[in-house]
Amino acid sequence: MNVNKHQRHWVAFNTLVIREVRRFLRIWPQTLLPPAITMTLYFIIFGNLIGSRIGEMGGFSYMEYIVPGIIMMAVINNAYANVASSFYSAKFQSHIEELLVAPVPNYLILAGYVAGGTARGLCVGLIVTIVSLFFTQQPIQHLFITFSMVFLSAILFALGGFINAIYARSFDEIAIIPTFILTPLTYLGGVFYSISLLPEFWQNVSLLNPILYMVNAFRFGMLGASDVPIYAAFAVILISIVGLTTFALYLLNKGTGIRN
Amino acid sequence: MKALTISNLSKTYSNGLQALNNIDLDVEQGDFFALLGPNGAGKSTTIGIITSLVTKTEGKVQIFDSDIDSDPEQAKSYIGLVPQEFNFNGFEQVKHILVTQAGYYGMTVAQAEPRADELLHQLGLWQKRHTAARALSGGMKRRLMIARALVHKPKLLILDEPTAGVDIELRRSMWAFLQQINAEGTTIILTTHYLEEAENLCRKIAIIDQGKIIENTDMKTLLNRLDKETFILDLKYPLPSDVDLNNLSVELIDDTTLEVELDREESLNTLFTLLTEQGIEVCSMKNKANRLEELFLSLVEKTELSA
Repeated sequence: MNVNKHQRHWVAFNTLVIREVRRFLRIWPQTLLPPAITMTLYFIIFGNLIGSRIGEMGGFSYMEYIVPGIIMMAVINNAYANVASSFYSAKFQSHIEELLVAPVPNYLILAGYVAGGTARGLCVGLIVTIVSLFFTQQPIQHLFITFSMVFLSAILFALGGFINAIYARSFDEIAIIPTFILTPLTYLGGVFYSISLLPEFWQNVSLLNPILYMVNAFRFGMLGASDVPIYAAFAVILISIVGLTTFALYLLNKGTGIRN
Repeated sequence: MKALTISNLSKTYSNGLQALNNIDLDVEQGDFFALLGPNGAGKSTTIGIITSLVTKTEGKVQIFDSDIDSDPEQAKSYIGLVPQEFNFNGFEQVKHILVTQAGYYGMTVAQAEPRADELLHQLGLWQKRHTAARALSGGMKRRLMIARALVHKPKLLILDEPTAGVDIELRRSMWAFLQQINAEGTTIILTTHYLEEAENLCRKIAIIDQGKIIENTDMKTLLNRLDKETFILDLKYPLPSDVDLNNLSVELIDDTTLEVELDREESLNTLFTLLTEQGIEVCSMKNKANRLEELFLSLVEKTELSA
């Protein structure tokens, strides 16, 4: 092939991303439909039924308050799940070898899978946002913060899903982290409440939860209200992305879980 | 020019198993090369290291002008691999698999689609191009793996038991196809358990056993080393009881089947003269075992005895 290295890399990256996007679109009843239904239920039950009895939170109706958190929760879960299941399936069915024998550097493999996970996260985020418009139409206060935060969060959790898939030796092992770590952290990350409602000790404990920063920064972008400083949220997410990228590349270069 | 150069290659797995012990191997450009060995001999480990699926413990591997450690991308770009096990995504359509694989090698969709179409026609998969790969028959899956390995026009094609479980008709058509692409300039390394396949296709051969190369030569030289050959003769009539074939190494399998072992120096004419003198008519004759098979077994047995 008479193409230069950069062109070859670009084509390989696009190929991988297209394959990943095609995968989650092909199985849309498993990937796109369930979050739309689940989040609709959240809006109806928590936002409408229970929310109407709760009253205001942070100066907003309860429905308005939980919308950013629920969108972010869907983005995080789906970005993570997409990469974890896709990469693990590729290992399980051995078709990861298609990539490993090809002249695709490890950083591109990582970038391709993470881009696929991010794409699904954002796709689901968009679907949930559209669903939320049936319940509330609060205008976005800070466009850049809103989009950058959702984008960076999707990248971060796609990276998390990738690392999970590298270590996983069974399908059970790609469900353990979301069930026992991700979901509790999300629920305790201020999706449904402001941490100002908690006693001081638990407020301080909550500040150790990285998802709190993402949910609050995203809420700040949409509503203009946050329990944490925005610069801290960006710092937490950017440092986490750099850390997880470095670790994922280290694992790929070492061949952990993929090369004998 | 050498298509593959392996020097002092060793592999010890984390469980302590030494799969390869300091092997050296050269494959010339344009060769059709057989890499044979019993199960667990180290063939797949060798292929795994060449294709970067297995990390080596020691040694050097060079594909054409590129070292797999210092220039892995270039080295990988030369190789097409047909692995032993089916390793494509069964949910993807046949053509998508080929176009995607081409993309990993830097071929745009516009470049990859005509190439995929060409291979789908050549390998008899055109009608199945929009079928999910898991719905293909075993033989079609094998052909899909060959098409996938060839989609980027590799200079070195590595086939790890490509015809395992394939019926004889398809196997022969795959042989013809492989001979054609070898004639067009692609260097081929083949591992197989069908020694007839290796004998028919390959001009060079290496035999690996217990992680060591125990033979590395061209096929003719190796076959010339066969000092005995055994033939099975089907007789027209049952063998008379008073027949005298004492100066031949003969075993009677049943009334009309005779097994004769001949030294390499003995000609078949001598055998037939003797049989004719005794009034024995032969309907047909065949080798008891494939010639390469006999040599292979004797070489592997020798290694086991010396180990």
